[in-house]
Amino acid sequence: MSTNDSTQSRARGKAPAGERVADWADGRLGIYSLAKANMRKIFPDHWSFMLGEVCLYSFLIIILTGVYLTLFFHPSMNEVEYHGSYIPMQGQLMSEAYKSTLDISFDVRGGLLIRQIHHWAAIVFLAGMFVHMMRVFFTGAFRKPREINWLFGFLLFVLGMFTGFTGYSLPDDLLSGTGVRFTQGAILSVPIVGTYISMFLFGGEFPGDDFVARFYSIHILLLPGIMLGLVVAHLILVFYHKHTQFAGPGKSNKNVVGMPLLPVYMAKAGGFFFLVFGVIAVLAGIATVNPIWALGPYRPDMVSTGAQPDWYMGFAEGLVRAMPGWEINLWGHTLVLGVFVPLVLFGVFLAAIAVYPFIESWITGDKREHHILDRPRNAPTRTALGVAWITAYMIMLIGGGNDIVATHFHLSINAVTWFVRIGFFVGPVIAFVVTKRICLGLQRRDKDKVLHGRETGTIKRLPHGEYIEVHEPLSQASLHSLTAHEQYAPAEIGPTVDENGVERKVKGSQKLRAKLSKAYFGEDAQIPKPTVEEYKEITSGHGHH
Amino acid sequence: MSSQDIPEENLPAAQDTGHGALGVADEKHPFADPGLPPHEPRIQDIDERAAKRSERTVALLFTVSMLATIGFIASFVAIPHDKSIYVFTLGHINAMNFALGLTLGVALFCIGAGAVHWGRTLMSDHELVQERHPIEAPADVRAQVFEDFRQGAKESQLGRRKLIRNTMFGAMAMVPLSGVVLLRDLGPLPEDKLRHTLWRKGKLIVNMNTNEPLRPSDVAVGSLTFAKPEGLEEHDHGFQNEIAKAALMLVRIQPEDIKDKRELEWSHEGIVAYSKICTHVGCPISLYEQQTHHVLCPCHQSTFDLSDGARVIFGPAGHPLPQLRIGVNDEGYLEALGDFEEPVGPAFWERG
Repeated sequence: MSTNDSTQSRARGKAPAGERVADWADGRLGIYSLAKANMRKIFPDHWSFMLGEVCLYSFLIIILTGVYLTLFFHPSMNEVEYHGSYIPMQGQLMSEAYKSTLDISFDVRGGLLIRQIHHWAAIVFLAGMFVHMMRVFFTGAFRKPREINWLFGFLLFVLGMFTGFTGYSLPDDLLSGTGVRFTQGAILSVPIVGTYISMFLFGGEFPGDDFVARFYSIHILLLPGIMLGLVVAHLILVFYHKHTQFAGPGKSNKNVVGMPLLPVYMAKAGGFFFLVFGVIAVLAGIATVNPIWALGPYRPDMVSTGAQPDWYMGFAEGLVRAMPGWEINLWGHTLVLGVFVPLVLFGVFLAAIAVYPFIESWITGDKREHHILDRPRNAPTRTALGVAWITAYMIMLIGGGNDIVATHFHLSINAVTWFVRIGFFVGPVIAFVVTKRICLGLQRRDKDKVLHGRETGTIKRLPHGEYIEVHEPLSQASLHSLTAHEQYAPAEIGPTVDENGVERKVKGSQKLRAKLSKAYFGEDAQIPKPTVEEYKEITSGHGHH
Repeated sequence: MSSQDIPEENLPAAQDTGHGALGVADEKHPFADPGLPPHEPRIQDIDERAAKRSERTVALLFTVSMLATIGFIASFVAIPHDKSIYVFTLGHINAMNFALGLTLGVALFCIGAGAVHWGRTLMSDHELVQERHPIEAPADVRAQVFEDFRQGAKESQLGRRKLIRNTMFGAMAMVPLSGVVLLRDLGPLPEDKLRHTLWRKGKLIVNMNTNEPLRPSDVAVGSLTFAKPEGLEEHDHGFQNEIAKAALMLVRIQPEDIKDKRELEWSHEGIVAYSKICTHVGCPISLYEQQTHHVLCPCHQSTFDLSDGARVIFGPAGHPLPQLRIGVNDEGYLEALGDFEEPVGPAFWERG
């Protein structure tokens, strides 16, 4: 980049110390070109854009506190007798993993706080990703060019679930051990290779002596290593693509409007890290999470009632609880459908998130870049599908806590389970229909506002006695924002017979796409946005409506 | 499917009316983009006293943070780590954890609040515009890249020298096999490990709580007794693995209430012994309803009827709990008359 002449012309000797350090770094790392592109990079502002930040910051908090915990945690299943400062456990046999977790909680000053920050941050991290993905989904921010980044985010969510699971399994307490047993039972249900995977994962029969050490390396090294790489890639792509924005005056698909990284977002986003950390620290100080001392060490022949996984595993738990216990015994083999079907559904349910952007772009056939966000109402079918997915997820979350629901609300456990079984199929359909209708209703309201103006609430009596409500025309900015969205026309297959009467071959996939396109963009799926002609006709003629 | 078969008219018209080129609200384009609204000054922009107030607020927040950090260190040093205090609505909680969490939280939160307040009230809030550039490379760059690639590929001669190509793919495909083989010693093969437990003919049935062999009189009607095979002690290496399969529960049912014929045969004076490990995914079953003789797994609510061969009457379990055949030895102690006849715990492919 810079020649010798230009370096000398900078007159480095006289520059202030900060500049000299920067020059030194630039000569070796080329930071100036990086800074030129990014230091005053513009980010648009919207409250929902901070959801991703919550994820990023809680991830950093997890890494910080996790490193601290490794200083004290012993990932070993050696049986030891407890003689620490927690009186109720005196003399109990337990694994070293459990003992060192007790020590962190009772003998290391501040250890309990860091443990609880770590666990709370994990809960917030997963919840943050869940909501962040909803934001991206419902605003269509996953569209080209961001499909790959959607996949990165999806992988972070899935890996986050498993990192969380392997993490809360480490203390080897009664609750987490029960969760590990459940996982082992689910692995056994896999046809042909299930028993082998189980033996290899646990180093023999359950529970064996190995799983804590193995989960430990998966939890602190393998999965977080991959996740860190994905987070970096995710952020690089966010910078590279530039952030999406909502439609509005001055905002187009070809620009980005907002405030610069330095100083505004440095202060706001940097400050937000401390806000997130602060809230989680207070939570860890006042709300106990995972009190392993109340549960006792793991014994495969003991269990506590109300056993629950962390919330993000709840829907998998629900699938397992709701599924009827079907088993097929044939030719000396057992197909454990009662456990294997939920295991497969778990994967399919998650995979649906991953593939959605590709399905939608196949249906629309739209290969252009999209940087303007959709308002959820303006994509009714997508929004309805998303809400249907969330409904199924939430019903399974209820299913995962069916015992808690039953005891808290004094309901029959059987009734709750049957509600979940039926609700899993019926709930999403109802949610789909209702959401779509709400979206269409909101679209009609927008159209009404554009054409007739805002209802002012002022009632006027006309000379001949008629009462009317005064409508105030919208500003040009509002008119623009409310009509900025795009509307697709449904894809047509076209005539199947050409002008010479020769039948054209239409592929099944094309027919399917035409059908889906009609479902997405047909007459029942969107309200045509007001046109300039409609607007003029209404506004030119008479003063009121 | 390619995009070519989509007629252009199905796509919406060009997405915007041009960036920056801003329409005036005229007769022709009532919905045209009016452009960025003019900047509205904040009170801090026009009133230096308000700006000073903001400055003081930010400084105050940062000062509170400093004090909170001092508070954190003081709590760490001064509070005994096993002291518990009563906090309203929270109950009795560890005093140090409470103090540390609160001070650390305040110290962090105030830094954040200060920075955000500074950014919102004092830093410029003029909205700026940056152009986007298409992610796709222009056509000439694309052509250049393909040209370079073709040139490189040609110079490598990979396409021409098939022998090199094929053997290279072969070698690359095979080399990961070493890694797979290395995983072999992660664990033993399953063999018949899941089919056998410690129970044998003549093994005494030992009460889990008292560690004493059980006599029939020890098992009362309406009680649920957990038991293990004699000789298995908590301190033994491998206790966890063995108890995970051998855990047993005994209940006494009036013999005339036992509906299943084989169950009656395998019982002793109405005492029946079943595996405690749920056949769903392996949780220990621990809830017993005396009146109905139903047991419920607390993990996933599979319910078994112990008076009817431990039939599944609700929940996700796929088959009954295995029963252990029991009798009484010469000294009057309960004993096993063999191992379970079928594998205990969750079902698996080889179970059959």
